[in-house]
Amino acid sequence: MNSFTSRLNSLFAFTLSVMAALTFGCFLSTVLNDHLRPVQLSVGKVSVKNVPDYSADRERSDLGFITFDLFTDLSPLYNWNVKMLFLYLTAEYKTKDHELNQVVLWDKIVKRGENTILDFRKTNTKYYFWDYGNGLKGNENVTLTLRWNVIPNAGTLPNVRGVGSEVIRFPDQYTAGRF
Amino acid sequence: MAAFGFLDDVMRMNKRQLYYQLLNFGMIVSSALMIWKGLMVVTGSESPIVVVLSGSMEPAFYRGDLLLLTNHKEEPIRVGEIVVFKIEGRDIPIVHRVLKVHEKEDGSVKFLTKGDNNAVDDRGLYARGQLWLEKKDVVGRAKGFLPYAGIVTILMNDYPKFKYAMLAFLGIFVLTHRE
Repeated sequence: MNSFTSRLNSLFAFTLSVMAALTFGCFLSTVLNDHLRPVQLSVGKVSVKNVPDYSADRERSDLGFITFDLFTDLSPLYNWNVKMLFLYLTAEYKTKDHELNQVVLWDKIVKRGENTILDFRKTNTKYYFWDYGNGLKGNENVTLTLRWNVIPNAGTLPNVRGVGSEVIRFPDQYTAGRF
Repeated sequence: MAAFGFLDDVMRMNKRQLYYQLLNFGMIVSSALMIWKGLMVVTGSESPIVVVLSGSMEPAFYRGDLLLLTNHKEEPIRVGEIVVFKIEGRDIPIVHRVLKVHEKEDGSVKFLTKGDNNAVDDRGLYARGQLWLEKKDVVGRAKGFLPYAGIVTILMNDYPKFKYAMLAFLGIFVLTHRE
C-alpha cells in the first residue's frame, strides 16, 4: 500500500480530481453572464458594383463597399473565465432568392489583457461583401451588427449580439469604373 | 521472475475470481460504449466530443483541446458559430467558423467557413468544385470547450507506438489487479 508507485498513483488521481473540480467551479461562476454591451456603429461611404465573382461561380454578382465607424468598450465582459472574444461585424439582409443572408465583413480577436476599448474610424471591411446573386443594389435594409463569440478558459461558447445596430442603404445605381 | 510480479495477483485467484475480473473488464468497455452512444442520442451529433487536431483556430482552440458538440436539426446555422464538418474525400472532420450564410425560405442553407488562424476562407479545402457547405456536411456545432483534455489523443495520433503501449498497459492493469 505504501509503495512508491501507489503513492504516485494516488497523488496523480487527487491532482486530477482537484483540477476537474476547480475547472467546473470556474465554469459555474460565469455560466449566468449575459455578455451584453452597447455598441455604436455608423456607416460612411456606401457603394455597390456588379462584377464577376471569381472567388465563387464567376457569375456577375453584387459587390458592396462600405466604410464603418465603431466604438465600444468591452472591458466589463472580461473575467477570469474569458480567454478571448472573437468579434465579428455582420451584415444581415433579405433578398429575392434568399430569406436570410448573413455576411461577415470584418472580424477581430481581442484576448484578455489586450486593449478592450475599440475605436475604429472610417475602417474598410476585411472581407469582400459579395452577395449570392444581385440583391444589394437598391437594398435599403441591410442591418449591420457587431457580435462576439466568447471563448472561455473552460465552459460554453456563447454567441452574443451587441446592443445597437446600423442600417446600410445601398444606392439603386451601380458604381462604374474600378472604384 | 520479478518481471512477472504483476501476475502474482492472477496466480492467487481462483476460477470464480478470474471470471469476475474478465466480466469487470467487459463492464468498463460496455459502459464506455453506452455513454458514447447515449451522448449521441442526447446531442443529435454522430460525434458529440471532438479533439482539436490542427492549429487553424488558434488562439481560440489549440491542438489537444476538447469540444462538445450538438447537432439538433431545428437549430439554424448562423455566422460566427463554430461548426465541425466533413468534406468528401477527407477522413478527418474540420473545426472552423461560419463566415457567410445564405438561407432560402424552405430552410435549405448554403454556408462558407474559415479558420480564425487562416488568411483565406475554406473554398480551397472543400471538394473540387464545391463552393458552399450544406446542412448534411455538418457533424456538429461547438457548444462547450475544455482545454488540454484531449492531449492524450494527440499523443496517440502522433506516436502510434505510444497508443499500443498504453492500450496494452491499461488492459493488463484492469485484468490483473484486484479491487
